[in-house]
Amino acid sequence: MILSLLGGRTGGAAPAGGTGSGDYSRNTRRLALILFVALVLVGVFQGITPDPFRHYFVDVVLTRSLIFGVAAASIVFLSAFGGMISLAQTLMYGVCAFTIGNAVTTGGSKGLNLGWNPWVGVVLGIGVTTALGFLMGLLASRSSGLYYLMITLAYGVIGYYFFVQVTVLSGFGGVNQVRAPDFIGEPTDATNPERLFYSSLVVAVVVYLLLRYVSRTPFGLALQGVRDDPVRMNSLGYNVAMHRTWAFTLAAFVASLGGVLYVWEQRAIAPTAINLGGILNLLVMAIIGGVLVLEGAWLGAFIFVALENYVRNVVFLNNFIEESRFRTLIGAIVLILVLACPDGVVGLRKVRGAAPLALIGAAVWGVFGALHEGDRGAIAGVIVGAVAGIGAAGLVGWLAGHRDTARGVWSKLLSTGRVPVRN
Amino acid sequence: MTGAANALLGRRGRNVPWHRSLARLLIIAAIAFVIVWVVFLAAGTSAGPAVKAPSEFLKSILNALTISGIYFIVASGFTLVFGLMRTVQMAHGSLFLLAGYFALEYQLDFLGVTGTPDRGIVGWGDWWLPLVIGVVIVSGLGLFIQQVFLRWNQGQDLRQALITIAISIVLGDQMIQHFGGVAEPITMTHEIHGYVNFAGIRYGIHQLFVIGMALGVGGGLWLLLKKTRTGMVIRAGVDDTPMVQALGINVQKVFAVAFVLGSALAGLGGVIAGSSVTTLAPGVDGQWLLHSLVVVIIGGMGSLGGAAAGSLLYGLATALAPVYLPTDYAYYSIIATFVILALVLAVRPFGLFGRPA
Repeated sequence: MILSLLGGRTGGAAPAGGTGSGDYSRNTRRLALILFVALVLVGVFQGITPDPFRHYFVDVVLTRSLIFGVAAASIVFLSAFGGMISLAQTLMYGVCAFTIGNAVTTGGSKGLNLGWNPWVGVVLGIGVTTALGFLMGLLASRSSGLYYLMITLAYGVIGYYFFVQVTVLSGFGGVNQVRAPDFIGEPTDATNPERLFYSSLVVAVVVYLLLRYVSRTPFGLALQGVRDDPVRMNSLGYNVAMHRTWAFTLAAFVASLGGVLYVWEQRAIAPTAINLGGILNLLVMAIIGGVLVLEGAWLGAFIFVALENYVRNVVFLNNFIEESRFRTLIGAIVLILVLACPDGVVGLRKVRGAAPLALIGAAVWGVFGALHEGDRGAIAGVIVGAVAGIGAAGLVGWLAGHRDTARGVWSKLLSTGRVPVRN
Repeated sequence: MTGAANALLGRRGRNVPWHRSLARLLIIAAIAFVIVWVVFLAAGTSAGPAVKAPSEFLKSILNALTISGIYFIVASGFTLVFGLMRTVQMAHGSLFLLAGYFALEYQLDFLGVTGTPDRGIVGWGDWWLPLVIGVVIVSGLGLFIQQVFLRWNQGQDLRQALITIAISIVLGDQMIQHFGGVAEPITMTHEIHGYVNFAGIRYGIHQLFVIGMALGVGGGLWLLLKKTRTGMVIRAGVDDTPMVQALGINVQKVFAVAFVLGSALAGLGGVIAGSSVTTLAPGVDGQWLLHSLVVVIIGGMGSLGGAAAGSLLYGLATALAPVYLPTDYAYYSIIATFVILALVLAVRPFGLFGRPA
């Protein structure tokens, strides 16, 4: 949304439904990155000041954005470079978190309570998740597209019921009082709450660089070939199924890093975190950011987490939407984005008129929010205003498109007397 | 079934790679083990081996048929929409739950009670009329979703899936607001009540009624698809939509009919399930979306026979696993679902009756 601030026409006359981040000019992607880095820098700067709002902003909103961004980036990686929409990534970070929870906890009421060193737990969690990812990836590897989406959704929901039913490992209440390594500190320790923020930042940067690097290796290039034309890649001698399997394994590894951070932040993991709602949350972040651009994952995660935390501060709407109706709001936002701007906020420039309208909406709503609700209202207002602007642009475009269609039908009726076949 | 049997046994016109035939051998071994376990061994389970406790076995099979019947009703709508339009209806579970809630509200309204009514006062019309209302409302909602959100995106599979996901999020949240978070059942009419004695076991008439409904739905769909003009067009549309369109048939109308039918089946399943096997609560929508997904992944997308086979297999697994797993592990029955899914995917990535997109 703020992309348009920075001016400069970006290319990208990609066909609808086009795949691959190659459609996005380097500028667009760089701007998304700059935007998020700016947010993080604001966070780093504000973390020093003792204002409670700012502490909350850094320790909760930005930290969670980074953590969920890591997990969402694994979805974006699979869809952008492999053409696979995976809904199993929530399960992957859940499996990692449950493994750590069972391995490191002592004296808890649930789980195995093995009481191992937190770092052993981390290694074990990542290892188990990656191995499971390989297995599940192998099973799904001969499918693609919608089949892949449905199979991975089935994985995710079955995984949820697994942890609900198997009381030895978790049960409905989940594992509590999970220990983190000493350098993270205790959750009650108010002196260094931003250590987790910096840890998440490091992991996020490493994940981003890793996924970018992998996409340029021979494996990554072959993976993009598999995405575009599996039949041709197969006849060229590439093992299509194994490429998909290894991509899924890598995504599971990345999601497990998100799981490590998640369990360090929450100090607990319950099946409710990975139920259908949790699965959709992660997908929603990826969609908002633009499911084909890696940088968008963190942006989408930030928008999601900020709205989740500041939903009661959305001026104009807070009379209609109570705090507990956050999911209605986020569902409506996703609906607007998917209908009006299918490439997410990163693909804003592809929709005619969306960028200026989003900017106007963000400015107006943001200013009103700042006046009535302060900082929180400003953040929430900017996000909701930008989405409203995008929606308005989409609506206008849709109406304009239909005017042309109506005219075309009318003129053809007059000239030939035949109704053209419409699709 | 011959196609599935051939696939299982590796009877094909070409050489099958070794790991594929190994997978088939493993599956045959697994099926053989399950049969031997259930019939002869079944040590430490709540039901006991079938040769020693045949009535328990029969009862489990009838339970499996009941749950399979509801799976079939719900999943057939899902597979119909997917087969014709390549639309993954992710809001299918939401429509299921919404129909149940509407039926419940109207039932309570007709009876003038709050809270779960006594079965004795629920007459014939107090169950059928809410069922019809729930199904009609949900069909209308389905038509609205299809016309407003999906029609102009036809062909963009992924975008349609994301749209229906967003709709399911909104619907799920709104249902929590309007109907609350407490689990409530729909009360079946007292005329479908009581038990029959059947080879030494007592079996609920309402369960037989559910099986009958499923058979009715299956037969009706079969007649519709095979014997009517609309069904002919739908089948032709599944095979080659552009060709059907080129022949001058209004495909949009067929799409709308199929989507309404799919939504109505979700609603029908919701009301029947809500009065027999489940209660209505938040989260039930996701549960039944999973059931539909598993059935169509096992059976193959877009195939009615596949939906029947898939729901039978899945129903058998969900009904037999809790009673034939050792008692300490009876709660691990979800693993049986995953094992079936994994086995089918290993040999038939597009399901037993499916074919590549």
